[in-house]
Amino acid sequence: MTTTETDKKAPKQRSDIALQYLRPGKKLPHVWCPGCGIGVVMGAYIRALDKLGWDRDAVAMVSGIGCSSRMPVYMDFHSLHTAHGRALPFATGVKFNRPDMNVVVITGDGDALAIGGNHFIHACRRNINITTILINNSIYGMTGGQGSPATPSGDKSTTTPYGNSEKHFDPCTLATAAGASYVARASVHAVPQLEKLIKGGLAHDGFSLIEVIANCHTYYGRLNRLGDAVAMLRRYKEQSVTVAKARKMSPEELEGKIVLGMLHQDEKTEFCNEYQKVVELLKKKRGTNGN
Amino acid sequence: MSVAQKKKLLLQANDSCVEGALYAGMNFFAGYPITPSTEIAELSARELPKIGGKFIQMEDEIASVAALIGASASGAKVMTGTSGPGYSLMQELIGYAYMVEVPLVIANVQRGGPSTGLPTKVSQADTMQARWGTHGDYNAIAVAPSTVGDTLTETVRAFNLAERFRTPVTILLDEVIAHSREIIEIPEEGELEIINRVKPTCKPEDYKSSEFTENGVTPMPAYGEGYRYHLTGLTHDERGFPTNNPSEISPKLEKLRDKILNYTDEIVKLRVEMLDDAEVVFISYGSVSRAALQAVSLARGVGVKVGCIQLYTIWPFPDEQLRDLCSKCKKVIVGELNMGQIIHEVRRVLPNDKEIHSLQRYDGEILTPMQLLEKLEEVL
Ligand SMILES: Cc1ncc(C[n+]2csc(CCOP(=O)(O)OP(=O)(O)O)c2C)c(N)n1
Ligand code: SF4
Repeated sequence: MTTTETDKKAPKQRSDIALQYLRPGKKLPHVWCPGCGIGVVMGAYIRALDKLGWDRDAVAMVSGIGCSSRMPVYMDFHSLHTAHGRALPFATGVKFNRPDMNVVVITGDGDALAIGGNHFIHACRRNINITTILINNSIYGMTGGQGSPATPSGDKSTTTPYGNSEKHFDPCTLATAAGASYVARASVHAVPQLEKLIKGGLAHDGFSLIEVIANCHTYYGRLNRLGDAVAMLRRYKEQSVTVAKARKMSPEELEGKIVLGMLHQDEKTEFCNEYQKVVELLKKKRGTNGN
Repeated sequence: MSVAQKKKLLLQANDSCVEGALYAGMNFFAGYPITPSTEIAELSARELPKIGGKFIQMEDEIASVAALIGASASGAKVMTGTSGPGYSLMQELIGYAYMVEVPLVIANVQRGGPSTGLPTKVSQADTMQARWGTHGDYNAIAVAPSTVGDTLTETVRAFNLAERFRTPVTILLDEVIAHSREIIEIPEEGELEIINRVKPTCKPEDYKSSEFTENGVTPMPAYGEGYRYHLTGLTHDERGFPTNNPSEISPKLEKLRDKILNYTDEIVKLRVEMLDDAEVVFISYGSVSRAALQAVSLARGVGVKVGCIQLYTIWPFPDEQLRDLCSKCKKVIVGELNMGQIIHEVRRVLPNDKEIHSLQRYDGEILTPMQLLEKLEEVL
C-alpha cells in the first residue's frame, strides 16, 4: 500500500495522501480550531512519511497532552496518547524495547519544555533514535491560553496578563546543548521546508528535534493582538531568516527573528545501538566460556 | 530432578525478586535508584543484557513507569523496583496503566515515611498507597511476601496476575525482608506456572483494544503484529478512542473494577496456621507474619489456642475468605508496621461482635514474637 520515493508517476493529490494515513471511522472531525497550525504540521508529516515509504506497522506515534498531542489519535499507526509531558519516556520504552520500530513523538511547547523539560533534556542526552516534532505556538492551547516556557518575555497570556516577566526557552539551543544530534526549526508558513526537515529528522539515526513555529490564533494571537491565522502566518514570514543569513547577523539584529532551517547535525553514538553492543559482547563472552 | 540437585542460592529478597522476575520472563526493566530497593535495579542491570533483555536507568520514577508502559505495550514483560517516595512519584503513570490496561510489575520496598522518612528502616506504611495511590476509580492488585523464598514465588505470581488481568501489580516488600539473606531453591523451568497475556486472533480491522469480553480482559497484541491500536489515558470507548459519552464511560470503569473483583478467588492467597480451634487469630503480612508464626508456635507450646493468617494478597482484600476463616474465633489481633492501615479493612469485613485488637509499630523497628505474645496475653 505504501509508496516509495521512486514511485513518481502520476503524482497523487495531497488530500489523497493524507486520507490514506488517517484512521477510518469515528475519529474525525478533529478537535483543532479552524486554521490552527497543527493541521499544517500533520499534513507535512504525512507527506514526509509517505515519501519515506515506511511500513505502517513499523511506526509508533507517541504524544503527551495538549492540542498538538492529539495528532496520533487521527493517524493510522501504533499510537500512545500519554500523560502531560511524559511522551518522551514512553517513547523511550517503545524504542528501546523495539529498536526496529520508527518512533515519533508529537509534543507541544508546554508539554515538552515545562512539565516534560527534564525528560526532554535526557532524551537528547541519550541521543536515542526518536524523532520529536515539537509544535511551538508560544502558549498553552488546550487549557485556554496560559503562559508556557516558550512564551516570549513581555507577551500576554491568561496567566501573564500584564506581560510575561520570565525569560523563554529556545528548545533548539536546549536540545543541541543537551546532546541531540539533529536539530532543526521550521514554520507552518513555509511548508516545503517543514516537510523536508521532518523527513530528514525521521531518516536520521539519533535524537532529532524539529521545532515547528505554529499559530494558535485562538489564544496567543488574540491575547497579543496578532490577528487571525493568515495574519499570523504573514508575520512569521516577515520575521523569518535562514540559518545562513542568521550567521552573518548580530545578536541585536536577530532580536525578534525566527531562524529557520537545519541548526545542528552530528553523528554521535545512538543509545539503543550502544546497548546492543553490550549484549553482543556478553553473548560472545558466554560463547567462549562455554556457558 | 531431586531437591538436592536444585540450584540453591544465598540471597536477599531484593535479589530473589529479580530471580523471580527473570523466571517469569521479565525482559525489560526501567527504574531510578532508591534505598532500600537499589539491589533490584542493580541485579537487573547485570542480568538482563546477558539474556538480550533491556535495562535502563531513567531520569526519575515517572519516566521509569512511562518507559515500562511503552515497552509493555510494544510486547515486553516489564518490572521496576522502588521505595516509598519513588512509588509516590510513579502513581501518575500507574494510573495511566490502569486506564489503558497495560501489564506491569512494581516492587515497592517500603521504608518509613512520610516523605524521605527513614530510608534504611522497616515499615509497612505504603499498604494503602498500593490501593489508593493514584486518582480516580480503579481496582488494584498487591501481593506481599514474607521471606526471601516467597519473594521469588510472589514475584512470579505478580507477573502472572499482571499478564492475566492486563493491569499493574505491586509487590509490597519491606526493608527487613529485602535485606535479610536466606538460602533459597531456585525452581526449575516448568516448575512454576507462567502466564502470558492473551493475543488477539481476530482480523486486525476487527480488533478493539478495550473490547468488553466475557472475563473483562481484552487480548493484547504487541506492536508490529499488524494490529495498529491506540492507547489513551482519556476515558475511551471499546476501540480505545476518547469518549465523553456517559453510556460508554460507566462500562469502561466497571470493566476495570469487575475484571479484578469478579476474580478475587483467583487472586487471593493466604497462609493459615492452627486455625481450627483457635480462639485468637493473628492477622498480618510481610515480615510481621514471621513473628506471628513464631508467636503462635510458642503460645501453642503452653496450650494457648491461637492461630494466624498471613495475607499474601493484600489487594483485592480477601473479604469473604477472612470472614470464613475468622468465623469461629472470638478475637483477632492485627499486627502492622504502621499506624493501622489494614486494620480498617479487617474491621470492615468482620462482624461487629468480633473483638479486634491492633498491634502497631512505627518506629522503624520490627514487631518481635515477644511483642506479639505480650499483646496476646493482654487480650486473652
Ligand atoms: C499533570 C497535568 N497537569 C496539567 C494538565 C493540564 N494541561 C493539559 S494540556 C496543557 C498544556 C498544553 O500546552 P502545550 O503543550 O503547549 O500544547 P498546545 O495545547 O498548545 O498544543 C496542560 C497544562 C494535565 N493534563 N496534566
Ligand atoms: S486552541 Fe490554539 S493550538 Fe489549540 S487547536 Fe485552537 S488554535 Fe490550535
